[in-house]
Amino acid sequence: MPLSDATALEPAPADAASPAAPDDAAVRVRGLVKRYDGRAVVDGLELAARPGAVTAVLGPNGAGKTTTIECCEGLRSPDAGTVRVLGLDPVADARRLRPRVGVMLQDGGLPTGVRALELLRHVSAMYAAPRPVDELAERLGLHAFARTTVRRLSGGQRQRVALAAAVVGRPEVVFLDEPSAGMDPQSRRAVWDLVRELRADGVAIVLTTHLMDEAADLADHVHVVDHGRVIASGTVRELTDGVGSGHPAGTRTVRVEATPGLDLDGLRAAPATGRDTRDTAWTAAEPEPGVYLLTGPVDAAALAAVTAWLAEHGVLARSVTTGGARTLEDVFLDLTGRNLR
Amino acid sequence: MSAAAPVARRVAAQASFETRAILRNGEQLLVTLVLPVLVLVALVRTSFIDLDTGGLSRIDLVTPGVLALAVMSTAFTSQAIATAFDRRNGVLRLLATTPLGRSGLLAGKILGVLAVEVVQVVAIAGVALALGWRPEGGALGAALGAGLLGTAAFTALALLLAGILRAEGVLAVANLVLVLLTVGGGVLLPARQLAGPLAHVAVLLPSGALGEAMRGALLDGTVPAFSVVVLLAWTAALGAGAARLFRWH
Repeated sequence: MPLSDATALEPAPADAASPAAPDDAAVRVRGLVKRYDGRAVVDGLELAARPGAVTAVLGPNGAGKTTTIECCEGLRSPDAGTVRVLGLDPVADARRLRPRVGVMLQDGGLPTGVRALELLRHVSAMYAAPRPVDELAERLGLHAFARTTVRRLSGGQRQRVALAAAVVGRPEVVFLDEPSAGMDPQSRRAVWDLVRELRADGVAIVLTTHLMDEAADLADHVHVVDHGRVIASGTVRELTDGVGSGHPAGTRTVRVEATPGLDLDGLRAAPATGRDTRDTAWTAAEPEPGVYLLTGPVDAAALAAVTAWLAEHGVLARSVTTGGARTLEDVFLDLTGRNLR
Repeated sequence: MSAAAPVARRVAAQASFETRAILRNGEQLLVTLVLPVLVLVALVRTSFIDLDTGGLSRIDLVTPGVLALAVMSTAFTSQAIATAFDRRNGVLRLLATTPLGRSGLLAGKILGVLAVEVVQVVAIAGVALALGWRPEGGALGAALGAGLLGTAAFTALALLLAGILRAEGVLAVANLVLVLLTVGGGVLLPARQLAGPLAHVAVLLPSGALGEAMRGALLDGTVPAFSVVVLLAWTAALGAGAARLFRWH
């Protein structure tokens, strides 16, 4: 997909025209530029995150995600542009912001020689009214390794301790840099549950990730970042629902996973069986062996007709789903390219 | 709205955290406690090294130097290594995002160094007294001042190193510098006993200045002004360097 299509997805600069309008965003980044040795790692990035919402910053390695987050955390100073967190400047107003912002760094940032719970208690001592450490440890299953030194924890255990440290001060904004890297499925579930709870409490959560399912399951809003810019932005649904895919609005997809080598022409004709709709309204493709995408005016009858066709041909599908033409991963790969980097 | 704990509580928590981290780390204990005590006992109880005591007992001559060595090992070697690895592991950045902030982190580190030094002084003075050390009663204030000046200079050097070199580099350099300064830096024994030009160079080094200051305090009851000036100059230069060059990432 050419970049010009993607730029249509960028947030409309409506409020930029009226700077006096109250900004309800908890995090607002405008025109952020950050250079290392003269090379722009972040290059005119725009981003907003609302309270009570999870905002995912999705991008390949080296896209500028971590640098952007570090500018929001006050750990780096922007070379150009503005960053506002809760209406304040993360560098100039650091003292006022620090109690209100929770941070989980990508590399954890945990001292290695101390015990897990000891560290959490230490971080909690920095706040006037922290969350009770034991309750938080219970939530994230830290008691199992409470007296183990950080050095001996697994990657997923460290991530959980780091997350606990990020939220122990009851922050209003939380920055999570790749929170579920190295986590087992149980840890991930615990982390996601906590993130959802924070969202319900009105916390603004900004997380970077390159895990598509994390963004798809958790995020209310996704910013796809590449080469230091946001190249697409919207809800997961907006991104996957065919916007920019070349299909007319309202067109959706039936995705069938079954045995490879089904009759594509037969499958394409299936949804329109016995209906007024001409079967030319539908297209069928097998993008990878055993995965079929039927794109057209999806409704209940069309879905029933597809499953009837499968039954007629003795095919037991592993899954039949309706939805956007593509998964978030498809969108992401289309936007950022399929080459390794 | 979430609020920070009072600044005194934050810094005290960090100081206690840093102190426990050092006292629990085997290698750090080796350098900060075991090494000075071993040096003290070896210099006093053996005669491998021929000391020119100038009429003093061996223990009275050696103890001030060992206390100076203890300050160096904690304020410099141990702190440089701890800070370098904390920097590499992102600990400094993470703590800087909590209400502790960078200034609170620095204050906590300095207080942590002083707390470890108290433990060292208790241990070294205890062994020295058992070996017959009789310090002048009125000299303790001057010795405290000498220790604080030395701590300032060597902590600044530690932060400068930790802020610009890779962690592994700091590990090597901090230990090597400690050994070199111990052998040829005028810390353990009077600088004038060093060979040739080293005697003149050593008094200009922070190690020699600290050693002379500590000996002046505990043997004569006053800290030589020259040593004070040298230590203050090093503190200013190294502190300015650390403030300018320290890289948090």
